[in-house]
This record gives sequence, structure tokens and C-alpha cells, in this order.
Amino acid sequence: MLGLEFPEINEVIRWVDLWPTFNKIAIIAVAATVIGSSLFIIAGNRDPLQAPRGVRNLVEIIIEFIEGIIMETIGKDGLKWTPMMLSFFIFIYLCNVPGIIPIIYMPATARMAIPLFLAVLVWFIYNGVGFKEQKLGYLTHMLWPPGVPVAMKPLVGLIEFVSNILLRPFALAIRLFANMLAGHMLLVTFAILTEELVSSGNIFGIILGVLPFGMLMFITAFEVLVGFLQAYIFTILACVFIGSSMASHDEPAEAH
Amino acid sequence: MEATIGLVAAAATADDLKAANAAIGAGFAYGLAAIGPGIGIGYVAGKAIEAMARQPEAAGMVRTTMFLGIAFTEALALIGFVVFILLGL
Repeated sequence: MLGLEFPEINEVIRWVDLWPTFNKIAIIAVAATVIGSSLFIIAGNRDPLQAPRGVRNLVEIIIEFIEGIIMETIGKDGLKWTPMMLSFFIFIYLCNVPGIIPIIYMPATARMAIPLFLAVLVWFIYNGVGFKEQKLGYLTHMLWPPGVPVAMKPLVGLIEFVSNILLRPFALAIRLFANMLAGHMLLVTFAILTEELVSSGNIFGIILGVLPFGMLMFITAFEVLVGFLQAYIFTILACVFIGSSMASHDEPAEAH
Repeated sequence: MEATIGLVAAAATADDLKAANAAIGAGFAYGLAAIGPGIGIGYVAGKAIEAMARQPEAAGMVRTTMFLGIAFTEALALIGFVVFILLGL
């Protein structure tokens, strides 16, 4: 039986602590913040009366993209949330992208800390918005969509409570985390397989090594898409949650 | 990290047995968790393409909803993947 030794999970997703509690993940997260904000500060200092080009052009495209998401999910009332959603999108995207940049090769969102923190932040935001917009009516609106028969109220209330309060942030965090971790693990697996087959010194091994290498290239290209898509989905779901807290419930809340 | 292809010696202690069972369980956990969401995502995407082909001007709206549907469906498979990681590694 041929066995391939897979490195310990701790080895794949963790590095030496440079400082107590300050490791490579933290560096990537800080870099994402610095790059993202400096991009927007540079763009903001350009003359708004001239035709946009370069950095400002890029930034305007991203802002219009986010505004499009908000218009589709919350509506016109939600446009005041553009800066928040923009920060989410940029930060998550810049944390995802290092997963495919050579040498770094680690998406910062493949550790639970960052997705969990972002999801809890979204949880506080949409509950806060709900209480602000609908006062205490938010509680009843959250538990019972309009038109529920009285006999069904305990059951529906329980399901909606679990779905809205517990499952939403959990699923939001798990989605981002597991997607990035899965991509990272796939890259590691195929890289190890290629390395082993090529360095085995066997002629068949070298010929067979082309297959996992091709797969590695394909997954790297796929990760470019996934990194963007996960940032997009996180943003859109945050918008949907805020939208469902804002509306006085004409449509039933999105369930899991 | 030294990854090697070689003969794996068979020496079964209680811990080894536990690890082997966990590895088998992990494989099944992810495989079974992927079936339902796989069908579901295919269904969502297929229907979305159908809708877009019928009404290309609504493509943007359909795409947004499609991603939402995919995200909710995918969560189940991803929970299976997390269980796989927890059990298997």
C-alpha cells in the first residue's frame, strides 16, 4: 500500500509566532487593512473634477459595484451602508488573495478568528438596525412572519429564533472560513503530490506528476474566482440581513 | 515536514484503531455531506440559467438570487468539510 504522509493541520495553517500572538495571519490582515485604506485615501485625494483614471478609476468601479449590490438587496434606504459594506468587501478580498500569491500562500480568512469576528460584527449590526428601525416590534417581527396561524406560533417562533439569532452568524462565519480552508488544503494536497511524484526518481512518477501539477494550476485559477466570490457573498448576505431587519416584513425573512 | 511514499507498517494498537476509524468516519462524513448540496447547487444553477435564457434582461437580479441560494446550500457541504477536518487530521 502506498501511503502519502500529510503534514499536521497545525503545520499547514500556522507559522512561528513572530511576537506573542502576532503571527503571519495577523501580518496579512494588517497588510490588507493598510493596502485597502491607502488605496482609498490616494483615490480620495485626486481631483474629483477631472476624468478619473488609474487608482481612482478602480476605486470608483468597486464603489459602484457595492452600490449595485445594496440597491438590489436593501434598496435606496440602504445606501448609507455603502462604506461599511465596502470595508467588508475590500478587507475580505485582500485577506483571501494571499492564498494564491507565491511565497505568502495563506488566506488570512482560513483561520476562524477573522471570519468569526466579522460575522459577529454583522450580527450586532443587523440586530441593532432592527431595534433602531422597528423598536421593540423587531422582536415579534423577527419571530413571526405576518400571516402565521396562532396554533403554529410556538413552532415557527422557535425555528425563526434559532435561524435568525444562532444559525445566521454561524453559517456566515463557517462559509467564509471553510471555503478558504478547503481551497488552501487542496493546494497543499496537490503540491505535495506533485513534489513527491517528481522527486521519487521513478520515470513513471515523473510522467504521472504532470497530472497533479495540471490540477494545481487549475485550482490556483479557481481560487482566484473563489476569493472574489466569497467576499461578494459575505457582502451580499450582510446586506440581506440588514435589509430584512430594516423592512417591516412584507416578505418572509431569508432562512437557512 | 517530510512527506514520503513508502510502505506503511501495520501495527495496530488501540490508538491506531481509533485513528483509523476516525479517518474512515471523516471520509464518509465529507462524502455524504457533499451529495445533497451537490444536487441542490446543480438544481439552483440550472434553474437560474434557464431563467436567464428566458429573460436576459433580468439576468442581474437572477444572478444575485442564485448566489444567495448557492451560498445557503453550500453551507451544509462546508459544515461537512469542517467535520472532516476535525475528525481526520
